[in-house]
Amino acid sequence: MRWIRRNVVVVAGLLTLAYMILPNLVVMVFSFNKPKGRFNYEWQTFSLDAWKDPCGVADLCGSLTLSFQIAVWATIGATVLGTMIAFALVRYRFRARGAINSLIFLPMAMPEVVMAASLLTLFLNMGAELGFWTVLIAHIMFCLSFVVTAVKARVMSMDPKLEEAARDLYAGPVQTFVRVTLPIAAPGIAAGALLAFALSFDDFIITNFNAGSSVTFPMFVWGSAQRGTPVQINVIGTAMFVVAVLMVIGGQLVSDRRKKAATP
Amino acid sequence: MTATAAPPAPPTPPVTDAAVRKTPRRKRLVPYWLLLPGILWLLVFFALPMVYQASTSVQTGSLEEGFKVTWHFQTYWDALQEYYPHFVRSLLYAGTATVLCLLLGYPLAYLIAFKAGRWRNLLLVLVIAPFFTSFLIRTLAWKTILADDGAVVGALDTLRVLDVTSWLGWTADDRVLATPMAVVCGLTYNFLPFMILPLYTSLERIDGRLHEAAGDLYAKPATTFRKVTVPLSMPGIVSGTLLTFIPASGDYVNAELLGSTDTKMVGSVIQSQFLRVLDYPTAAALSFILMAVVLVVVTVYIRRSGTEDLV
Repeated sequence: MRWIRRNVVVVAGLLTLAYMILPNLVVMVFSFNKPKGRFNYEWQTFSLDAWKDPCGVADLCGSLTLSFQIAVWATIGATVLGTMIAFALVRYRFRARGAINSLIFLPMAMPEVVMAASLLTLFLNMGAELGFWTVLIAHIMFCLSFVVTAVKARVMSMDPKLEEAARDLYAGPVQTFVRVTLPIAAPGIAAGALLAFALSFDDFIITNFNAGSSVTFPMFVWGSAQRGTPVQINVIGTAMFVVAVLMVIGGQLVSDRRKKAATP
Repeated sequence: MTATAAPPAPPTPPVTDAAVRKTPRRKRLVPYWLLLPGILWLLVFFALPMVYQASTSVQTGSLEEGFKVTWHFQTYWDALQEYYPHFVRSLLYAGTATVLCLLLGYPLAYLIAFKAGRWRNLLLVLVIAPFFTSFLIRTLAWKTILADDGAVVGALDTLRVLDVTSWLGWTADDRVLATPMAVVCGLTYNFLPFMILPLYTSLERIDGRLHEAAGDLYAKPATTFRKVTVPLSMPGIVSGTLLTFIPASGDYVNAELLGSTDTKMVGSVIQSQFLRVLDYPTAAALSFILMAVVLVVVTVYIRRSGTEDLV
């Protein structure tokens, strides 16, 4: 009891962590389930069927591919546009900076339904055909602000003297940018890109409004919640979780080793 | 232009002159070229749609005959009258979830920032990792966890907690699913990382020596926490609250998956008006009211918390 009182923060923190991880564990466990009916909510018997045949459900892997394609293009678009904006905002003084800052902040401070609905009214008024392109446009739009914020944080903490030094050593503007500026800003750009990818891949609300009849992975899951959830959804959820954790741990190891190499 | 003195002995006079004038101008334009594509994107696909939605909200008509702008502001009033329970519910659920996120998230952020030591990176990974499984799949998992004959409901029932929550109106009929409690649980769960990460960033910046100093000055741990830690983590608290409250107030996924018809939030109404009923003016008016309410709440909150420079 005394130990708990002394470590109340640790206990409370770990309980929160358990609350956060619990659904992932449930998803994992139920990926080995063999449900009786259409819904995979009750434990029946252990089975590897779903893991052997993850694409065994109609349209599931098609929706995954579509989500992946959209996320890749949205990431590229948002990262390029967002990085340009971030550099302009940090490196230059010009008029309308305040207005532009608010324009970038607003999409993050807006409930997603509002953005989704207003974008739909625009597309309806323009008579645009809803599908891949409208979803891509929407995803670039809402990822943009997050990329700007991530890159801005990194560029702001950058020492401008490094670039001055490069120029003093007769590097041209292009050379300075490619050899000095970009490598230093890279972690910020990478963070922004990762965030954009994750946001786009997992977005449901904005996609739901603007996808027309195309079905992305989150929309497939949403539909299956009504029709009956195939076990394969749990398999894919588990696989994504495991791959992501491994990637993060791997990245951590690489950067640790680099740090050690840099500071012997 | 004409008044500029030309170099006295010019090897290449006109070129130099033009170059000298042109370079700074081109340089002055650089930020605008950098901004142009991105800002244009936001103007066309974020700002312009808002204008379209504003105009849609004052239109009347039907899908067959087409909609016309008639400045019919009555739509707003009607929408508010019909759906104000949904607004109240949305703000209530989102507010409760935000408070719960803060209460649950603060210890974890504190733990990672000050007590984790070499476990810090692992804990951070564990906070972010659930993100990688689609949030819809994870929300559906709550259906299993909170199932009527499941362990959680059984435990709450044995501990007589369900009697209390039922009396408060949070649960009904000895079940948690399809009640406000399930929806708030889902909202809290889904937005916790958005609270923890900003909290962690602002806690991590606090110099540990400040805690020692407070201790040296005979402050009890609780006093140190109240007078040093909390004020210094204010930016994290504010941005965490905003990042939780704003999306939660417009969310309809949790209400639809974990709730019932009695727990529908305003997002559900906007969605069904837009995509199923196809009553565009009402849907547009509703989403404008939601936006206005959120903006007002957020502005008041930012003013109150005294961190205006945050935005």
